[in-house]
Amino acid sequence: MTLAVFFGCAFIAFGPSFALFVFTIAKDPLRVIILIAGAFFWLLSLLLSSLVWFIAIKASNSQDLTLQRGLLIFGVFFSVLLQEVFRFAYYRLLRKATEGLAAISDDDGSAISVRQMAYVAGLGFGIMSGAFSMINILSDSLGPGTVGIFGDSQYYFITAALMTLALTLLHTFWGVVFFEGCEKSRWWVIAAVVSLHLLVAGLSLLNPLYEGSLPPVYVITLATGVWAFFSSGGSLHSLSALCTLCGFESRASRTMTEVPLSKTPNPQPLPGRRSMWLPTAPGVCSRQES
Amino acid sequence: SPEFLGLGCVLCSSVEQKIYVVLNETVPCVRLLNATHQIGCQSSISGDTGVLHVLETESDLDWILSSGPHPPYMVIMETAFFNRSVMMRMKNSSRVAGVAVIISKTGLADNFSPHTTCPNQNTGVESYGSDLANCNGTVWNPLGNGLSYEDFSFPVFALKDENQTQVLRKCYEDHNQRVNGSAPQYPLCAMQLFSHMHAVTDTVTCMRRTDLQNRFSINPEVLCDPLSDFNVWTSTRPLNNSAKGHAADESVVIAATRLDGRSFFWEQAPAAEGTVSGIVTLLATIQALYPVTQEAPPPRNIFFSFFQGEAFDYIGSSKMVYDMEKNDFVIDMNNVHSMLEIGQVGLLSGRSLWMHSDPVSRQNKSVSEMMSRIQSAAAGLKLTVDHPSVSQPLPPSSFQRFLRARRIPGLVLADHNTSFTNRYYESMYDDAENLNVTYPPGLTPDEQLVYETDAAKSLAEVATLVARSLYLQAGGEENNLNNITADPKIVAQLLYGFLVQKNNSWFRSLLPPEVTKKGVNSILSPGPPQFYIGLGPRVHGPAHSVTRFVQYILANLTGTVTNLTESQCQNPSELSTENKDLFSYFWVSGPASVNGTREPFCVRASVRLSKAVSPAFELLEYGSRNYSTWTESRWKSIRARIFLVASRELEMLTLGVGVAVLLLSLLVTYFISSKAELLFSSARETPTTTY
Repeated sequence: MTLAVFFGCAFIAFGPSFALFVFTIAKDPLRVIILIAGAFFWLLSLLLSSLVWFIAIKASNSQDLTLQRGLLIFGVFFSVLLQEVFRFAYYRLLRKATEGLAAISDDDGSAISVRQMAYVAGLGFGIMSGAFSMINILSDSLGPGTVGIFGDSQYYFITAALMTLALTLLHTFWGVVFFEGCEKSRWWVIAAVVSLHLLVAGLSLLNPLYEGSLPPVYVITLATGVWAFFSSGGSLHSLSALCTLCGFESRASRTMTEVPLSKTPNPQPLPGRRSMWLPTAPGVCSRQES
Repeated sequence: SPEFLGLGCVLCSSVEQKIYVVLNETVPCVRLLNATHQIGCQSSISGDTGVLHVLETESDLDWILSSGPHPPYMVIMETAFFNRSVMMRMKNSSRVAGVAVIISKTGLADNFSPHTTCPNQNTGVESYGSDLANCNGTVWNPLGNGLSYEDFSFPVFALKDENQTQVLRKCYEDHNQRVNGSAPQYPLCAMQLFSHMHAVTDTVTCMRRTDLQNRFSINPEVLCDPLSDFNVWTSTRPLNNSAKGHAADESVVIAATRLDGRSFFWEQAPAAEGTVSGIVTLLATIQALYPVTQEAPPPRNIFFSFFQGEAFDYIGSSKMVYDMEKNDFVIDMNNVHSMLEIGQVGLLSGRSLWMHSDPVSRQNKSVSEMMSRIQSAAAGLKLTVDHPSVSQPLPPSSFQRFLRARRIPGLVLADHNTSFTNRYYESMYDDAENLNVTYPPGLTPDEQLVYETDAAKSLAEVATLVARSLYLQAGGEENNLNNITADPKIVAQLLYGFLVQKNNSWFRSLLPPEVTKKGVNSILSPGPPQFYIGLGPRVHGPAHSVTRFVQYILANLTGTVTNLTESQCQNPSELSTENKDLFSYFWVSGPASVNGTREPFCVRASVRLSKAVSPAFELLEYGSRNYSTWTESRWKSIRARIFLVASRELEMLTLGVGVAVLLLSLLVTYFISSKAELLFSSARETPTTTY
């Protein structure tokens, strides 16, 4: 459908993951490695599940349409389960890696926490899943035609991009929640993640009824995002503190002192209840001299 | 609608199949080049896309050319609108992306000829002077609109398949139809045509670039190919094929006709009246003459020749004359006594034939003698033969090339006095119906094969006349004339094979077994043969299908059956009784027996092929004014597909939303990551110990 649609859909589908990569992952080589390894694990799960589906398809009667549809649904659900299995496997691998990393690092602890690994692993899964959903559709969107001559909706490309966006974010959030659940041995968390994944996959099968699939998926994304926020150490308290801090800055006069992104050893502690953020804060809003 | 004409894409495994409907049968118009010009059609390298619009009325024409809001348009042109004025307006407009012409008999005008009014005007005989040259005296094809010789910068395809046209119409009606005069809404149905041609400007440029490629490039890419194929010739007394140059003691009467035709579109040329009438008549003449010339041989030899490529500035005949002058052929110009050519003879009005000569030759006594011989041969038949006015020049014919080389006496037989009676000369509509070859309904193919239409009987009469005239011209006795009659059944079979269905039982019995057994891509595919010369032996393998048909039919009509085995038939020089210099040996299938098997056998006949490529390409004079310089461009892919296009607004909206999402996510991520310690501070595991 031409270059405008190609770039539009590419930005929609991969914009957030690109932003997350650039700002949170790219600077730390360890995170990059964990990201790529996570993507690879997702790829492995896809390979195995598609092998199973392919054998099932070839062994069945290709003319029987209901059987083919049934096999597709089976394939989707089997793939979801396999992805979660591989997420668990990746968790175990990273857990083992943490001990090794701690042994070779200069400080006593490892250079990266399990929470950060959870986030990076989830993002890895999400990026690879998004790529596989979207690249094929993107290449077809470059041609002059749009979907619709057989009666499909002409919004096919946009809805595919939006779905991919949601799925990328969902994988990231699920990664965080899942690893947290494994750490704390809360198995109901894992069951919830798996069932949410199955629910989202099932909703996508409702397409082309886009009203039935996209809004619920976005609601689920939002809810899972909130859950991941709270599970990874956020709280209402920190949120409100953030808001007041930024609200404060807009009113008071400011002398901006930019703290560089690298950790500054032993900076000046300032009076007041804000001192607890300062020592290791990378890039604070702005520091007030008041 | 969820189902699109029953083509519903139920288990599409790729997005591409959801978007595009590929049209399978495409009939394009391609680019041809000569020494100075390029003609034909061209698309851009990535195809031309346009919104479909069906051109049925004048208001549609206004919509396409000026008032429609969604240019450029891909025009689906009804038959009635395919004329010069409409096509020239399309050519000059920037709002037309391409044209797809519906080829059908409904709405067809009374006449349609895309050829020029004066065919081959620059390569005929030169000695006329300005008052007769360039059709100043007689316009041969007054109904010609010259479309085939125009250069279009957009692709033009033909829609021959009714089902495919229906698919296009349905898409148009579903999405593009105007409702109550207001413009249709997006998404709109559009079509994309690919027919990018590699050659540009003219033959000289194209050949120069090809030579550069061949010399300096690792993977040379040829840009164009000269039109070439083979002439077919035979003679009543066998000629020694290995002895080139002047043949001792041979005085030859040449009987000739053309083998090819053309139309606006590539490889489409039914050429019924223009070519088939001549071929069938000459073949029937040979069939009528051959037995008598073996029993009571006339003093002179009769040389029959079928020239290929005459539509493109006399490729075949100029090559034969060139070979004769260079002493590279079995005979030379000194051997030629006279020439009789068969032009268009299918549409006799009032059973009268015309003998065309040229004003300079008319002064020669031999020509008048030839005319009187023909008239005496016509005495016993129901035909009348007359000659047009003395000052009229020759119609376009191969004889003109012989006259250009030497003033030999000769005549051209035709069914027209001044201009052509063929109202569809060199067009796609010059088919069986134009020649009045129609069969009553309810006949099986085998019954149609032998059914003698009126056209068959009329052509048989003409063939009898030509055979008797040739016998007299060759010096034969008058009292043998009554034994010379053409068989209407053979004529009927020839007409059926060349006009209706080439895959019939008679043709199958004449051809070699490997051709008969092949599948869809053999020369025996269904339907009538097409007479466009093509690129022949250099590119597409052995000779053109029509050339091979004529060759094997001649072998059947004039040959003798031998009892050689297949390997002996391939290599007859090992046998002392066979003479490869005088004869050709053909291994043919034979008729099918009751249970379907065939017993192939070997036929010996004095039928030969001679190369028909313009001398300009042998002399490397690509800008020659004397010889034909026609070449056909090469291309990578020719295809067509239809799909829906979305509005510009939706595309820009998608791009806008994408950019907004990207910027928003960059901002939010930067903000959150800068505040990460603040946000995720409670019960966090700090990686550092300082605090």
